[in-house]
Amino acid sequence: MTIADYAFYAFALVAVAAALMVVTARNPVHSVLWLILAFLSSAGLFVLLGAEFVAMLLIIVYVGAVAVLFLFVVMMLDVDFAALKGEMARAMPLALLIGVVILMQFALAFGAWVQADGALGLRQAPAPDPAAVENTRALGLLLYDRYILLFQASGLILLVAMIGAIALTLRHREGIKRQNVLAQMYRDPAKAMELRDVKPGQGL
Amino acid sequence: METLILLAPLVGAVICGFGWRAIGETTGQVIATVLVFVAACLSWIVFLTHDGVTETVTLLRWIESGSMAADWAIRVDRLTAIMLVVVNSVSALVHLYSFGYMAHDDNWRTGEHYKARFFAYLSFFTFTMLMLVTSDNLVQMFFGWEGVGVASYLLIGFYYRKATANAAAIKAFVVNRVGDFGFALGIFALFYLTDSVRFDDIFAAAPRLAVTELRFLWADWNAANLIGVLLFIGAMGKSAQLILHTWLPDAMEGPTPVSALIHAATMVTAGVFLVCRMSPLYEYAPDATAFITVLGAATAFFAATVGLVQNDIKRVIAYSTCSQLGYMFVAAGVGVYSVAMFHLFTHAFFKAMLFLGAGSVIHATHHEQDMRNYGGLRRHIPLTFWAMMVGTLAITGVGIPLTHIGFAGFLSKDAVIESAYVGSSFAFWALVVAACFTSFYSWRLMFMTFFGEPRAKVHGHHDRPGHGHGDDGHDGHADHTPHESPAVMLVPLAVLGLGAVFSGMIWYDVFFGKEDAVRSWFGLPVAEAHADAGAGHGATAAAGAEAGHGTAHAHGAAEAAHGDAAGVPGLTVPGQGAIFMHPDNTVLHEAHYVPTWVKLAPFVAMLIGLAVAFQFYIRRPDWPERLAANQRPLYLFLLNKWYFDEIYDVLFVRPARWLGDALWRQGDGAVIDGGINGLAMGVVPWLTRLAGRAQSGYVFHYAFAMVVGIVILITWMSLSAGN
Amino acid sequence: MTGTADLLILLPELVLAVFAMAALLAAVYTEKDGLTPLLIWATAGMFLLVAFWIGVQPAGARAAFGGMVVDDAFARFAKVTILLSAAAVLMMSQDYLIRRGLGRFEYPVLITLAVVGMMLMVSAADLMTLYVGLELMSLSLYVVAALRRDSVKSTEAGLKYFVLGALSSGILLYGASLTYGYAGTTSFAGILSTLDAEVPLGLLFGLVFMLAGLAFKVSAAPFHMWTPDVYEGAPTPVTAFFATAPKVAAMALMARLAFDAFGAIPGDWGQVVAALAVASMFLGAIAAIGQRDIKRLMAYSSIAHMGFALMGLAAAAAGDPRVAAAGVQATLIYMAIYVVMNIGTFAFVLSMERDGRPVTDIAGLNQFASREPTKALCLLLLMFSLAGVPPLLGFFGKFAVLKAAVDAGMAWLAVAGAIASVIGAFYYLRIVYFMYFGREAEVLDSRMAPAQWLTLTLASAAMLAGILNLFGVEPLAAMAADSLVR
Repeated sequence: MTIADYAFYAFALVAVAAALMVVTARNPVHSVLWLILAFLSSAGLFVLLGAEFVAMLLIIVYVGAVAVLFLFVVMMLDVDFAALKGEMARAMPLALLIGVVILMQFALAFGAWVQADGALGLRQAPAPDPAAVENTRALGLLLYDRYILLFQASGLILLVAMIGAIALTLRHREGIKRQNVLAQMYRDPAKAMELRDVKPGQGL
Repeated sequence: METLILLAPLVGAVICGFGWRAIGETTGQVIATVLVFVAACLSWIVFLTHDGVTETVTLLRWIESGSMAADWAIRVDRLTAIMLVVVNSVSALVHLYSFGYMAHDDNWRTGEHYKARFFAYLSFFTFTMLMLVTSDNLVQMFFGWEGVGVASYLLIGFYYRKATANAAAIKAFVVNRVGDFGFALGIFALFYLTDSVRFDDIFAAAPRLAVTELRFLWADWNAANLIGVLLFIGAMGKSAQLILHTWLPDAMEGPTPVSALIHAATMVTAGVFLVCRMSPLYEYAPDATAFITVLGAATAFFAATVGLVQNDIKRVIAYSTCSQLGYMFVAAGVGVYSVAMFHLFTHAFFKAMLFLGAGSVIHATHHEQDMRNYGGLRRHIPLTFWAMMVGTLAITGVGIPLTHIGFAGFLSKDAVIESAYVGSSFAFWALVVAACFTSFYSWRLMFMTFFGEPRAKVHGHHDRPGHGHGDDGHDGHADHTPHESPAVMLVPLAVLGLGAVFSGMIWYDVFFGKEDAVRSWFGLPVAEAHADAGAGHGATAAAGAEAGHGTAHAHGAAEAAHGDAAGVPGLTVPGQGAIFMHPDNTVLHEAHYVPTWVKLAPFVAMLIGLAVAFQFYIRRPDWPERLAANQRPLYLFLLNKWYFDEIYDVLFVRPARWLGDALWRQGDGAVIDGGINGLAMGVVPWLTRLAGRAQSGYVFHYAFAMVVGIVILITWMSLSAGN
Repeated sequence: MTGTADLLILLPELVLAVFAMAALLAAVYTEKDGLTPLLIWATAGMFLLVAFWIGVQPAGARAAFGGMVVDDAFARFAKVTILLSAAAVLMMSQDYLIRRGLGRFEYPVLITLAVVGMMLMVSAADLMTLYVGLELMSLSLYVVAALRRDSVKSTEAGLKYFVLGALSSGILLYGASLTYGYAGTTSFAGILSTLDAEVPLGLLFGLVFMLAGLAFKVSAAPFHMWTPDVYEGAPTPVTAFFATAPKVAAMALMARLAFDAFGAIPGDWGQVVAALAVASMFLGAIAAIGQRDIKRLMAYSSIAHMGFALMGLAAAAAGDPRVAAAGVQATLIYMAIYVVMNIGTFAFVLSMERDGRPVTDIAGLNQFASREPTKALCLLLLMFSLAGVPPLLGFFGKFAVLKAAVDAGMAWLAVAGAIASVIGAFYYLRIVYFMYFGREAEVLDSRMAPAQWLTLTLASAAMLAGILNLFGVEPLAAMAADSLVR
C-alpha cells in the first residue's frame, strides 16, 4: 500500500464515522461540527482523486459558508431534539424493518451489478483528457460551453431560491425607523440646524 | 288484391283502436268489421281463382344485415289461399257475432268503453295471422307468429279485472314462449345451414340438409330431422299439442268469440300450417315426421279422454279442438299434407260454429258455462240448438259410409284416419278410439245442454246477491229464462253451418279424393310424380285387389298427360308447389286403397260413442254419477286432465318459483344488493376512513409512505426480474 | 460547441426567462405590488403568445445543446398545453389574488419561472436537464404554495411540499445515479443505446427510483400524500395551478423518460406504471369520498385522474408500436381534457365565498342551483365530465385510456379503471346532489369575476362542444405520440 492508499482509508473512515456522528450526536452544535469534519474528509478524498478544484470548492463553500450558516441557525433555533427523537423511537422498529429490506435489496442489486458494455467510454467522453488540461480549465470548458444550458438553468433556480427567500421572509413593518444613509449624507446642516446664541443664564 | 287483404284488418285495427274516440265507438266497430268482410270477400276470390302457381308480392325490404335478408312479402300459393279464406271468413263472422255477444258485459262497469278495444284486438289479430300465413320467409312468419301470440294474450286477458283471465293469459304466453324457443332455434339452424330465411332457398336446400350433420347440445344430429323437430316444438306450443297443451283450456277465460276465432279456427292451426308449409323439409326428415305422428295421435287420444268428463261447455270444446289438432298433425306427420289442410279447413268451420253456438248458449243463459246447469234448452233457443246440432254432426263425422256424402268432418276425418292407417298403426288406432270419444263427448254436450230437464234453478248465479241482471238492464229481459240470441249472432252461425255441411263434400276431391286433382290444386308437377307413385305402388303391391286398378290408372294418366316429362328423373324439386311430396311418399295414393273395414272404422266408432252417450244422458241420467263413483280414480284422473297442470306445477312452476325466489332473495337481495351495498356502504367507507387516517398531516408519515412505496416497488422488481 | 442554432431552438424558454427577470426588475424598481395586476395580465398574454409561437413551429424533431434538449411534436404538444393552462389559471385568479391581499408581484414571476422549468422538463433529453427543469419548477412551486405567509396552513403546505419534494428529488437523483452507473451517460439516447433485453437489477432499481420521483410530481399513489394537504393549504389560485400545468409537465416527462431512455425495456417500467395507475385510481376514488373540503376533494380527484392518465402510459408499454402510440396518445388526450375540466372547476372554486370570505366546504353548495341556475349547470357539466359520464368530454378521455388498455391486452387494468371510476362518480355526483337537492342552508354569494365566469362557461361548454371532434386535439396528440414512440 502506498501513502495514497493509507490516506484514502483514513479519509474514508473519518468521513463515514463523522457522518454517523452527525445523526447521532445529542447536541446539534456538535452535529454541525461533525458535519464540518465530514466535509473536510470528503475534500481530502477529492484531492486524492486529483480533483483539487472541487476539493477547494468544498472547503470554501461548504465549510466556510454553508456549515457556518448552519451553525448560526442551529444556535438560534430552539428545537427540542429529544422530543423528536422520542417520536422517532416509536417508529423505529418498523423503520428498521424497512431499512433492512432496502439494504437486502441493494445488496442483491450490488451483487448482480454490471456495467453496460460501452459505459466506460461514454463516461469519459464529455471530459477532456486530464493529462492535457488542468482541472479548473476542464471544468470551465464543460460548465461554460457544453453544459451552458444547465449552468444557466441552475442560475435560474438560484434566482428562484432568492426570490422565494425574500418573498417569504421580508416584511415591511410599519412604524420602524430605518437608517437612510443617503438622507443622512445629504442632510444639510444649514437646514437641519438653527444656531442660536444662548446667553448664559437665560434660556430660550 | 293480396296487399289489400293483408292490410285491411290492420287499417281497421288502427282506426278502431286509436280513432274510436274521434269517430265514435260504434263507427269504429263497423269500420273494422266492414274492412274484415272486404278482406274475406277478396280472400274467397283469391281462393277460387287461384291456379296453384306460386306468386310472390314483395312489399318492401325489412331486414338486411350481412347475408341475412328478409322482406315484407306476400307469398300466394294454395296453402296461403286456404288460410286466407279460413282466417278472413271466420274473422269476419266473429266480428259480426261480437256485435251481439259483446253488446253487454257484466265484466265492465256502465259507461266503460271496451267494445272498440275488443274489435281493434280482433282486427289486429287478423292482421298478424295474415302476416303469418302470407310470409315468404321465416322471419316474417316469426313476426306473425309472435303477433298472434300477443293478440291472443291481449284477448285472453281481455277481462283484465278477472284474476283467472290474467293468469290464463300469462300462462298462454309463457307456454307459447317455450314452443317459440324451439321455433327460433329452428330458424337459427336453418339460417346457419342455408344462409337464408327465404322459403324458396330453404326448400331448395332441403335435400342437402337431409345429409348434413349438425352439432346441437351434446350430440350430432341429422340436420333435417333436428330442424324438423325444433320447428315442430314451435308448432306444438302454438297448436297446443301434448306437453305444451296446457294453456289452451285455460285460454277459454277469454270472451267466447275469441275462443272461436283464435283458439279454434285460426291461431291454433298455425302449427299445422307451419308443418305443411315446411313440407319440403319434413319430407326429408323421417324421424321428425314420425315424432309428429306419434305426438299428434297421442294428443288426439289424450284430449278426447279429458273431454269426456269436463263440465264447462267451453272446455269441452277446447279439448275437442286440441284433439282435432292432433288429427291434423297425424295427417301431416304421415305425409299427406293436403289432408291435414283439409281437416284444418273443415275444422275451422264446424269448430268455430260450435264455439259460436256455445257462445250463444252462454249468452242465452246469462253467462252460465257449467253444463250441469243447462238442460232442456232446446225449446228456448231452437235456432242455436239446430246450429249446434249441425256442428256436432260435422265433428262426429256423420255421413253415408263408403260414399263421399256427409258432413264436413266425415270426409276430412275419415281421410285422416285412412291416411293414418297407411302411415302408422298406432296413430290409426289412437285416432279411431279418439273418434269414438269425440262422438261421446260431443253428444254428451248436446244431450246435457239441450235435452232433459232444465237444471238452471239448482245452481248458478241467481243465488248470488248483487248480481241481478235488472241492474245493468241485461238485454232488457226482466225474467231469467233463456232467450234466443239476436240476429247478428245467428247469421254467422248460419253461414258457418253451410260450411260445416258442404265444405267437405265440395272440396273433397281436391284435398284428398283425386290424386291428380290434389297435385294440380296444390301446384305440384303431376306427371312424373304420378309415375313415381305408380312405380312405388307397384313395388309395394300391398293393397290387394285394388292394386291393379291403381297401377293401371296411374300409367294411363302418365302416358296421356306428360309422356316426355316422365323421362327426366327426380324432377320434383322441393318448393315448386304449395306443398311437397317426396317421390317415395305414396301415402296419399295408398290411402285410397285401404281395406273397407278401415273405412268403416271411424263411422262405427262414432255410432258407439253416440249410443253410449244416449244411454248415459238420455235414458239413464244417473249412470254417469254411478260410473264416476265406481271408477273414481279414473274419473279424477280424467277430470284433472291427467294431472298435467299439477305435474307441471311440481316439475317446473314450483322449482322455477323457488329458483326465482332464491335468486331474488339470496342472489339479488343478499348477494348482489348486499354485496354492492356492503361494498358501497361498508367496504368503501372503511377504506375511506383508512385513507383518511393515513393522511395524518405528519410529514414523516408521508415520507414513510413514500419509502414504503419504493420498497414495495423494488421488492416486486427484484422478485419479477429474478425469474 | 454551443451556437446560435441551439439558442434559437430554445428561444421560447429563453424569452420567458428574460421576461421573468425583466418583470422582476420592473416591479422592484417601480411600484412593487401595485404592478401585480398588470404583471399577471402581461404574463398571461406572454404565455398565450409563446404558446401560439410554439404551435406554429415547423414539424420535426430538433436537438439542441449537444443533445441536452430536444424539440419535437411531443414536447410542443405538452408545452402548448402547459402554457395555455397556466395562462388560463393566471387570468382567472387575478381577481382573487388582489381581493385577498395576495397580489404580490413575485407571484407572476415565480409562475413564469416554473413554466420555464416545465418547458425544460418536457424537452429534456438528458437526465441532468430533467433534474434541473424539475427543480426549477418545484422550487417555484414550493414558494408559491407558501405565498400566504401569514397563514399557518399555507406555510405548512409550503414546508411540507418542500420537505417531501426534497425527498422525492433525492429519490430521483438516486435513481439517476444508479442509471448513470450502469450506462455511463446521462443522455437519454445514450442510456437507450446501452440497454438490451437483459438488464441488471441495479438499473431496474434506478428506473424504479426515477419513476417514483416523478410519480411524486404527478401525485400518483403511494407518492401522493402531500397532495391533499398542499392543495388545501395553498391559496386557491396556486392550487388551481398545481392541479394543471405541473401535472402535464410531469406526466409528459414520465412518458419521455420511459420511451426515450428506457424504450428498450417497456415491460419493466410498464408494470410499475400500471401498479401506480391502479393504486392512484382506487386511492383517489376511495379517499375522496370522505372529504368535505372541495380543494381536498379536487386533490384526490386529481390523484385518481393521474391514475387514469398513467393507465394510458401503462398501455403504451405494449410491444407493438401502434398500440404504444395509441396509449401515449390516450394519455395526452386525457391530460388535455383533465386540464380543461380542472380549470373550469377551479374557476368556480375561486368564486366560492360567503360574506366576502372564501368558502371551501362543499356543504356550502347546498341549494346553489336555485339561486344560480346557470353556474350550477356549468358546474354540473364539469362534475359529470370529471366523473366520466357520457356523452361529456371526460367520458372520451376515460374511454381513450380504457380502450388503449384493452387494446394492449391489459383488460384487467381497464376493468379496474372502470370500477374505480364508478366509485369515484360518487363524490362528483354528491356535489351535484348538494347543488340541486341539498337542504336549505346559507347560500354562497354569487359574485364572480368576469374572467372566472368566462373560464367556467367556456370550460363547461367545452365539455359539451368538444364531443364533436375534441377540438382537433386528437390528431395533434397522435402526432405527438408518434414522435415519442417512433
